Amino acid sequence: MRTNDLAWLIGGAQGSGVDSSANIFGRACAFGGLQLFGKREYYSNIMGEHSYFLIRACAGPVRSVVDQVNVLATFDAETVFRHAHDVTNDGAIVYDPAVANVKIDEIPTLEARVAQDLRAYLIARGVGESVQGVLDACAQRGVQLRPIPMNDFLTNVQKKFQVDSLSKLSRMVNVLAVATSFGLLAYDFAPFEKAIRYTFSGKPKVAEMNVYGARLAYDHARATGSDGFTYRLTPVPTEERRVYLTGSQAIAMGKMLGGCRFQTYYPIAPASDESEYMESHEVIPLAAEPDSPEAQEAAVLAENGGSSSLLVVQTEDEIAAITMATGAALAGTRSATATSGPGFCLMMEGIGWASINEVPVVITLYQRAGPSTGLPTRHEQGDLRFAIHAGHGESPRIVFASGDVRECFYDAVKAFNFAERYQMPVIHLVDKALANSYQTEAYLRPDGVRIDRGALVVPRSGDDGYLRFQFTETGISPRAVLGMPGMTFWNTGDEHDERGHITEDPVLHILMMEKRMGKLDLALREIPPEDQVVYHGDADAETVVISWGSTKGALLDAMDLLRKEGHTIGFLQLRLLHPFPTAIVERLLRGRRTIVDVEQNFSGLLAGLLRERTGIAVTHKILKFTGRTMSSTELREGLKAVLDGKASARTVLTHGA
Amino acid sequence: MAPEQLLKPADYQTDVHNDWCPGCGDFGILKALQMALADLKIPPHQVALFSGVGCSGKVPHYVNTYGVHTLHGRVLPYATGAKIANPGLEVVCVGGDGDGMGIGAGHFVNSGRRNLDLCYILHDNQVYGLTKGQASPTLQLGLQPKSLPKPNIHEAVNPIWLALASGATFVARAYSFDIRHMKDLIAKGIAHEGYAFIDALQPCPTYNDLNTKEWYGGEDRLDGTGKRMPRVYKLEDRGYDPVVHSPDEVAEKQLQALKVGLEWGDSIPIGIFYQNGLVTTYEERLQERIPNYLQEPPAKQLIADAQGRPAVRLDQFLDELVVT
Repeated sequence: MRTNDLAWLIGGAQGSGVDSSANIFGRACAFGGLQLFGKREYYSNIMGEHSYFLIRACAGPVRSVVDQVNVLATFDAETVFRHAHDVTNDGAIVYDPAVANVKIDEIPTLEARVAQDLRAYLIARGVGESVQGVLDACAQRGVQLRPIPMNDFLTNVQKKFQVDSLSKLSRMVNVLAVATSFGLLAYDFAPFEKAIRYTFSGKPKVAEMNVYGARLAYDHARATGSDGFTYRLTPVPTEERRVYLTGSQAIAMGKMLGGCRFQTYYPIAPASDESEYMESHEVIPLAAEPDSPEAQEAAVLAENGGSSSLLVVQTEDEIAAITMATGAALAGTRSATATSGPGFCLMMEGIGWASINEVPVVITLYQRAGPSTGLPTRHEQGDLRFAIHAGHGESPRIVFASGDVRECFYDAVKAFNFAERYQMPVIHLVDKALANSYQTEAYLRPDGVRIDRGALVVPRSGDDGYLRFQFTETGISPRAVLGMPGMTFWNTGDEHDERGHITEDPVLHILMMEKRMGKLDLALREIPPEDQVVYHGDADAETVVISWGSTKGALLDAMDLLRKEGHTIGFLQLRLLHPFPTAIVERLLRGRRTIVDVEQNFSGLLAGLLRERTGIAVTHKILKFTGRTMSSTELREGLKAVLDGKASARTVLTHGA
Repeated sequence: MAPEQLLKPADYQTDVHNDWCPGCGDFGILKALQMALADLKIPPHQVALFSGVGCSGKVPHYVNTYGVHTLHGRVLPYATGAKIANPGLEVVCVGGDGDGMGIGAGHFVNSGRRNLDLCYILHDNQVYGLTKGQASPTLQLGLQPKSLPKPNIHEAVNPIWLALASGATFVARAYSFDIRHMKDLIAKGIAHEGYAFIDALQPCPTYNDLNTKEWYGGEDRLDGTGKRMPRVYKLEDRGYDPVVHSPDEVAEKQLQALKVGLEWGDSIPIGIFYQNGLVTTYEERLQERIPNYLQEPPAKQLIADAQGRPAVRLDQFLDELVVT
């Protein structure tokens, strides 16, 4: 019996409610104290193409997806075709018997390559080229098949609630598939019901019908036998307060906490979710309550309106997004924009302008698979070099990458602190995997979060000959903002003098270049080491992985498995990618026998950067560029081959539909 | 600095060397702008003057207010960000015809959609000056100013029409050799609550040898008595009323503006083409979404206490996501 260690997958056509059913499943598990990691995969399509949601539900922390599926919940043919082969031999497939006779060639959304591979497999198994054939092949290896009499349940619901047409209930098949899964897993109905009611909280009648239908399917699944099934889910009482959220939501809230009051965006996958979340949460309550110890400060804040706000503007393009955010930053606002590769391409010139004018602005870059439009809704870490070098000329910026949902939240604050302290653009590098990963996390507390606005001038009256770009010891000139009395300054994209007026003087250009670029050295000296790199695992391991960003979860889970098997391994997570923490990285990597670069891109961009900045060459690369997130399963296999001395210099991972 | 009531155009001048060509129409625009600011008695520190790139891009360096010389074509979004963040700023934008009608045309159109309270002055000389005289988007089809190797193969954009079509609520044209008139238009444009657009005709003495000061002034067109007949005329001199007084007048006034907006060649109207103060400004629309927006705009909010602790609490938002 395997209790509380489950990989569950639901799939279906886009627009048919896959997301909401996955959210019901996830919340039901989370309400019961289980910990979750989920990922959402979808096409660049509004309706009809296949999407799926994979959720791992465990008793303890879980940080990655795995290759195997223990329960596959389906209500259409395509999901069976695409995912049945991932179901473990001791797993189960929940399906609608009405689709059993659907043939492969009846599914136009199945790519020719996928259909061809599937046909070859089914022929080899001696089964038919239909859903039934796939199910037969699964049954051959022990997979349990659980047909759900969808129509019976829907008809029952229709009668009970006097719905005039059965088609109005068509979306309920999702919830029935979830209900059957929970019945099979012998999970409690109460947290499930709570999750349904939460999801349909605005629609009491819909909630009622879904709870009723879910009960029918759940009871049926339990009655038809969950006894022989290996997997179980059971509520785990917990005292810990947890939230269930995506990386997009974590960054949005981190920005709010960090004082971001202006965000621009142009619609693009997968970055828009963040801005849309903000737009629906524009008015933000202020911190201290009147009777708290901070009452005095609160009173001051309350006098100023009682609430704060984060203003979101949907711009005409990404050029306007970066330039508008920069304009707001000049006025003294913590400002940001969020985008993805194609939009980031349009921001280059604006980033250069912000850099030469020493304007603090944050760009949250959600990487997706390129080049060009690429795989618009799929994952990749292909923009590392691009972020570091974005724009013509040499212009300082900070590139900072988060590894998981929790880091996304706190790093969003730090990104602004870096931007204002060093007066330069900060590119907060995240990706599609983080954007669309759902994770249970301990409640995100503001304790310890500090806002550092860097060197600001104190406004005074009279014209005192303020020099916005005054040469100083550190290269940082105290910053004034538009509208301050007595602090008039000028900005220009041309090289400028200390006041901000155009100059082409070669000596001044040298001084200004040194001033600006020197701030990168200062940042490297001042940014806390733990914000630059984090070393995980065995301190003196001979084999150390280097990686950055969203591979963190899969790496940590894979390393846990390997270490349980007796292997010794370390993982150096790079967080600050520019300026590059050369000294720390050199110290941590010196003398290691094996250095493995793990990244979700074609070339191993970090390996190249490491070589450039430290001279250290990696011995192995484990890469994935299918557009799908790395799983801990395939990463464990890849790393194991390295540890066993059986890996080639470059391993390419490919799993995932 | 002089007290507000005594502000003079000279208070809006810097000591930066001006490197425009002698006789450039930009001088008139610069002078008119400084005079308008003095007329309006706006303290220099409350003004943020934004420019694009080109000869006109240098304007802010010659004006003693906050000056932001941005990127080619991007003057409007930079200015928009600053104005939204701090609606108390008096935001004025200047840019060339290539800047606004070519590379920045998308921002021009979308600024009309917003109707943010700012004033945009387009330096319209039909050529790209700083890059040595190429055709700009406002140059008429078939014309060949002296530095074009061949006659212009593109039709001209009509800035008045484009501004009207985009939703600008104050649309005017000025001529840089009538500084006083231009000054009045700029002052009205700045005072207008909403997006004000001024097409400022300005001869380029170096590269545009067709649309010259003499041409605008009609020196080639003499009446029977030998008096020159200027091509430029003032709309207000012909009893033209550009103002939308009530919502039912919008279509009529727009059509009227489009009609006079077609005039060019021997008869070039200047003055206010269209003025509609009845459209909600972007600030008003934001205020509807965020009740304390104008009292507490983004730039004026305290984001942390003295210890750097964040000013906001997220409990309410996090509670929406709480599972245990």
